[in-house]
Amino acid sequence: MSSHATAQEVHGHPSLQHHFENMEQQREAGTLGMWVFLVTEIMFFGGMFLAYTLYRSTYPASFASASNHLDITLGAFNTGVLILSSFTMAMAVYSTQVGQRRPQILCLVLTLLLGLTFLGVKAVEYYDKYEDHLIPGRLIPGNPFKPEVQEEGQPKDPHKLHLLPGATVPQVEMFYWIYFAMTGMHALHMVIGAGLITFLIIFSLKGRFDPEYHSPVEVIGLYWHFVDIVWIFLFPLLYLLGRHFEHG
Amino acid sequence: MKAIESFEVPVPPKVNYINAQYGLKSWLLTKDHKRIALLYLGSITFFFFIGGLYAMMIRLELLTPQGDLLQSTTYNKVFTQHGIIMIFFFLIPSIPATLGNFLIPMMIGAKDLAFPRINLLSWYIYLAGGVITIYALLAGGVDTGWTFYTPFSTTFSNSYVVATGLGIFINGFSSILTGLNFIVTIHTMRAPGMTWFRMPLFCWSLYATSLIFILGTPVIAITILLLAFERVARVGIFDPALGGDPILFQHLFWFYSHPAVYIMVLPSMGVVSELIANFSRKNIFGYGFVAFSSLAIAVFGFLVWGHHLFVSSQSVYAGMIFSFLSFAVAIPSAIKVFNWTATLYKSSISYDTPMLYALGFIGLFTVGGMTGLFLASLAVDVHLSDTYFVVAHFHYIMVGGALMGYLGGLHYWWPKISGRMYPEGWGRFSALVIFVGFNLTFLPQFVAGYLGMPRRYHAYPPEFQVFNVLSTAGASILGFGMLIPAIYFVWSMRYGKHAEANPWNLPGLEWRTASPPPTENFEVTPIVTWEAYEFAPPEETEVVGKFRPELERI
Repeated sequence: MSSHATAQEVHGHPSLQHHFENMEQQREAGTLGMWVFLVTEIMFFGGMFLAYTLYRSTYPASFASASNHLDITLGAFNTGVLILSSFTMAMAVYSTQVGQRRPQILCLVLTLLLGLTFLGVKAVEYYDKYEDHLIPGRLIPGNPFKPEVQEEGQPKDPHKLHLLPGATVPQVEMFYWIYFAMTGMHALHMVIGAGLITFLIIFSLKGRFDPEYHSPVEVIGLYWHFVDIVWIFLFPLLYLLGRHFEHG
Repeated sequence: MKAIESFEVPVPPKVNYINAQYGLKSWLLTKDHKRIALLYLGSITFFFFIGGLYAMMIRLELLTPQGDLLQSTTYNKVFTQHGIIMIFFFLIPSIPATLGNFLIPMMIGAKDLAFPRINLLSWYIYLAGGVITIYALLAGGVDTGWTFYTPFSTTFSNSYVVATGLGIFINGFSSILTGLNFIVTIHTMRAPGMTWFRMPLFCWSLYATSLIFILGTPVIAITILLLAFERVARVGIFDPALGGDPILFQHLFWFYSHPAVYIMVLPSMGVVSELIANFSRKNIFGYGFVAFSSLAIAVFGFLVWGHHLFVSSQSVYAGMIFSFLSFAVAIPSAIKVFNWTATLYKSSISYDTPMLYALGFIGLFTVGGMTGLFLASLAVDVHLSDTYFVVAHFHYIMVGGALMGYLGGLHYWWPKISGRMYPEGWGRFSALVIFVGFNLTFLPQFVAGYLGMPRRYHAYPPEFQVFNVLSTAGASILGFGMLIPAIYFVWSMRYGKHAEANPWNLPGLEWRTASPPPTENFEVTPIVTWEAYEFAPPEETEVVGKFRPELERI
């Protein structure tokens, strides 16, 4: 009886790879694989978080000055966008598991659009920094790091860098390098995620997923949530910490 | 007696993983873990010989106290490239990517690794990293030492740091993918009845190694990436001129690179556990202790990196803690050595080639480990730091440990891999030559280092010449010893005696299928009802097919 069921399972589903015994084993392997991969991602970002922590504590005034110059409205908006996209992704996984194709495709498309919105806003932010000559080092040849510094007593200009007591321009430059390294690496992960979701949409339209075979949606969902969580850490660390020095 | 020894089971003309398909495409696009293992075997052997070539140049230069063969700048590149090739492109992938890839699915009764495509991808990533690194070597080389210390590497070096770094960065992802694949495979692909504690110890040690792969490698990846940006775009966190801290680089570098030492030696320990149990035909003494000591080494390995920074201006208190933890890591290592020794006690040992390597490993690893304790002691390290004592110490671990284990494992599983026996007499002979050559190379370096000979110089005071002459002589013997297996392994693929399914007469799962195995490893998924290393009591063992003198005595 049970051996019959196994045989049916083995040859039953077209998406079962030859080296797995059944769909359950295949799903379990895929999910665990993604979790392990996410562990490596944490360690990868961890190196940059360590550098951030070290220099934030070494140069608090400079980092606070540089942080205050970031656009908190755009940052907060993007945070909202990502949280919403995590929700639509979770709904996409759920719809796939219960076999509802229409909401599944809708949720995937929404997630993709929200991800692209995030990247668009990020591009606007990067361009603002470029305008204010805040791209560090020789990252863009011919456009060195040369922000205009706000003089005391002058009217406030949002394009000028306001230095708190004890802050220096080279240390602000280091903040901006860490900012670009971390958000840039995060954005790269978003781009990869958007590409993966595009694949999911194509496969969903072809009707490849069903309640028995949904692990690609689930696994890419895990990845997407991870990338969101990284941002949840980046936003307060880069945008919020130290604002009280400036705004009381 | 001769007749019994040459008694051979005729090999039926069966389809196996080697002859299942022919043509270059069937190899380059294979998803079979056994074929990928062979692809790795070929590529790491290639890199081993490049690394060996550099080693030869180092030893020839150091034959005389003057810098007469190489200029100082060339010498800097030679030792750097020796280190980079040997560590990143030979030692780290050596056992995991070849023997691990080949054996883990077979040992746990699976048809393949969990992600066969990722497995193939990891080989291509390895190749891509290798090609870029070789490009860097040919374009002009790199002279920073394999450690890439900043700010020399980011600011002052005029060599191909970024290209080399890129090669290592890319290569790292092949390690990560291999580790990921092993962890998932061991968790989800075990055959019915193959519980965690029935797994061969080789699987445990590779599981521990994989943990280091996935936790450590990403850190070196981001570190090298940041270093490359710092060098190219002058944006940085390591160069003091940019407000950075060079010690941060050292911390990040050694956070990976110290555990990487355990990436190299843990798989060898796994091989040695197999060899000791199987060639003394006795269940391993303290299976649980040996298994968990692998995990303990992986965990402790992440907590000791600071002992590379004793003379770096690191806080003395941090130094004391790192010193203590470095001593602590000796405990799980010693557990292994004692358990192996206890396994040998009152067992029936056969001195086949793999066993010679295993016994060599125990001795050399012990010397390497004990001298590590000298270096972990704060005050002694101040004297010994950056001397040949350090060089000798880590070669005892990496060559005496990792390489001996690798060669032992390769001999042991060669019948399974190739379906042919290697020539036993030549095997034993070369194992002895390698052992003698190795010790002659590196024992004198302990003395020279203790007396104050610094590493990484192409010229040295004449009083050290005697040690260097001995060392170069030893290296020649070692190199000769290495050539013998390289020749007879290739020879045996065509002319070796056909191997039986179970030439060593052992209980492990990998020996319960044909040699070489079919593509899916087993005809039917095995159901495991026995413990690891479960040997029948000697008097009940049936002698089938192969004459075993140690059984004759009983």
